[in-house]
Amino acid sequence: MIDYSLLAFFIFSSIAIFGSLMVVFKKNPVASAFALVAVFFSFAGLYALMSAHLVAALQILVYTGAIMVLFVFVIMLLNQDLPVEDLKSSSPFFKAVSGLGVLVLVYALVRVAILARGMEPKGSLTEDKIAEQGGNVKLIAESLFSDHVLPFELTSFLLLGAIVATIALAKRKNVAGGLKS
Amino acid sequence: MSQLEQMLMFIKVGIVLAGLLATVPIMLFVERRGSALMQNRLGPNRMGPFGLFQAACDVVKFIFKEDRAPGHVNKFYYTIAPWIAVIPAFMTFAVIPFAGSLTLEGSTTQFQIANLDVGVLYCFSIASLGVYGIIMAGWASNNHYSLLGSLRSSAQMISYELTLGLSLVGLMMVFQSVKLGDIATAQGETLFMIGSVAIPKWGVFIQPVGFLLFLVSVFAETNRLPFDLPEGESELIAGYHLEYGSMRFALFMMAEFINMAVASALITTLFFGGWQLLPLFSVAVAWVQSLNLIPNPDLVQVLFQGISFVIKVASWMWFFVWVRWTLPRFRFDQLMNLGWKVLFPLGLLNVLVTGFLIYKGVL
Amino acid sequence: MLAIRKPGFLNRLYLIEIIRGLWITMKNFLFHKKVTLQFPEQRRDYSGRYRGQHYIKAVNGVENCTACMLCPTVCPAECIHIVAGERDDKEKYPVKFEIDSLRCCFCGMCEEACPKDAIKLSNIYEMSQQNRTVYEKDFLMEQRGNK
Repeated sequence: MIDYSLLAFFIFSSIAIFGSLMVVFKKNPVASAFALVAVFFSFAGLYALMSAHLVAALQILVYTGAIMVLFVFVIMLLNQDLPVEDLKSSSPFFKAVSGLGVLVLVYALVRVAILARGMEPKGSLTEDKIAEQGGNVKLIAESLFSDHVLPFELTSFLLLGAIVATIALAKRKNVAGGLKS
Repeated sequence: MSQLEQMLMFIKVGIVLAGLLATVPIMLFVERRGSALMQNRLGPNRMGPFGLFQAACDVVKFIFKEDRAPGHVNKFYYTIAPWIAVIPAFMTFAVIPFAGSLTLEGSTTQFQIANLDVGVLYCFSIASLGVYGIIMAGWASNNHYSLLGSLRSSAQMISYELTLGLSLVGLMMVFQSVKLGDIATAQGETLFMIGSVAIPKWGVFIQPVGFLLFLVSVFAETNRLPFDLPEGESELIAGYHLEYGSMRFALFMMAEFINMAVASALITTLFFGGWQLLPLFSVAVAWVQSLNLIPNPDLVQVLFQGISFVIKVASWMWFFVWVRWTLPRFRFDQLMNLGWKVLFPLGLLNVLVTGFLIYKGVL
Repeated sequence: MLAIRKPGFLNRLYLIEIIRGLWITMKNFLFHKKVTLQFPEQRRDYSGRYRGQHYIKAVNGVENCTACMLCPTVCPAECIHIVAGERDDKEKYPVKFEIDSLRCCFCGMCEEACPKDAIKLSNIYEMSQQNRTVYEKDFLMEQRGNK
């Protein structure tokens, strides 16, 4: 009997790793964006393997389904004939700094992996107990709209501010000298 | 997982896959004959009785056509785009319950492939992946018309996904769940009685505005007329599938029909009682049970529930065809106006009113 | 003058109009007579004046044509080619009578010009052919049509 979830884990994680490499190495921005979509999708698969179905669904719904569509949309509209920058021509200083950064990140990742080995989920958040209390969706919704309602509302205000600012900027670009429409 | 459960799982997956695949040729036939009859023509009627085998001929033609790609396309994305369009379409059906539950040898089975916690959200998230097939096809085709089509489709999908989600919030508030199984079961209750006729607690009676919003945005999401701007034969030639031929084109068509089937199934499950028996079907169930042909009376019940579901879904698919041959295509600015200035505020208002009514204890 | 119609509220709501439209299509679907002609089995009746495939009228196997050259003269497309000859009884007759059906514009002037009522345009409209575009005399001598 094969352990299907382990198999799925390896499939999704290899897609994620391969996709991330493609995001960096592909010269065509649209192809990079498509690779990023694959990465996000495999992340959702990994979340689902951890029984975090809501996070998985939201990951696909928000990142893959909405944000990346907008990314691709914008890239396709704006980026048709942009010259491809050659990485080889960048300065040696830049190369050194980015190389060092990658090393630090890899070290941090390995550290975390070693530290987290053998850890159980904290508190009452085991799978059975979540199911007992009505599932992920219910629990997250309840805590979001009772304990964390203030941060939630503040976030929406932040988004509203961003939207208003975007509209103001866009309008100014259209009409020289003011916000008149 | 016991042997029985595993077997039932295979049966369920088999039913869903076979049903969805069978939808495609049936809808091909219905669309061609239906459109013809609506336009006072006869349509294809040469192959077999009433032209029933025409769909088979179409399929054979698609399969045996040479599968060639134009020289100017991006081969990799051009090849995978149809698959990316068609696979999410199949995946979406996994959470839709197509019959009630059946107890066999002590274990209860839901007739649903996966009763996920997230229910409707899963549907939306997978359905939102379908747009990548279209975008990829348009971009990889390296053709202005195709690119325009895919740009249109991405803008349209994003705009209408909002309304699609928002229109269901009211429904979720009433039924206190996002699980499609729960929603379908809850719709079996009686809302109120008119004389001796019981009006069931179907979503459409509780959330009429939500239903209309959902219907319109589902049309936009499936790229069917009057929202078929990504294809737009008369302005974009065929939009994103302009450069496609043979089986690859057929895959896009399959994706469209299966999306249609899933949309109809969603409408049925959310607003028309899902697998709940149609009126007068309970009489039929009682009659067949009294005949004692099938030893397990629950099995008869489940069978009729499945038939009810199929009938409801089929009538909604017919509605899709019917609307397609009635309404002309929207202009793009009209589409955006409708989505953002009419449907979206209406959806918000619907949530507000529903919340108020629940607070007052009416619903 | 461009008249701008302001639709009323109910019109702008679309819904009622959409339902009316749906009813119209359903009416067509259910009740209307279908206009399709089942071609090989059913044929459309064309008017007697229809100008279709040519033929040369013949009585007892002898063509009416006397090779008077009126039809090639009047033909605007110059598609009729006649070589005249003499029969044993000193009667003039066409040795060769060819109509280039690709050039012919089916104007029917030859029919009007013919004094002997010989060249005719029948009401046959299925004129697809595989290889020959020039109607030769033997072909034209087959009696077609109803005129």
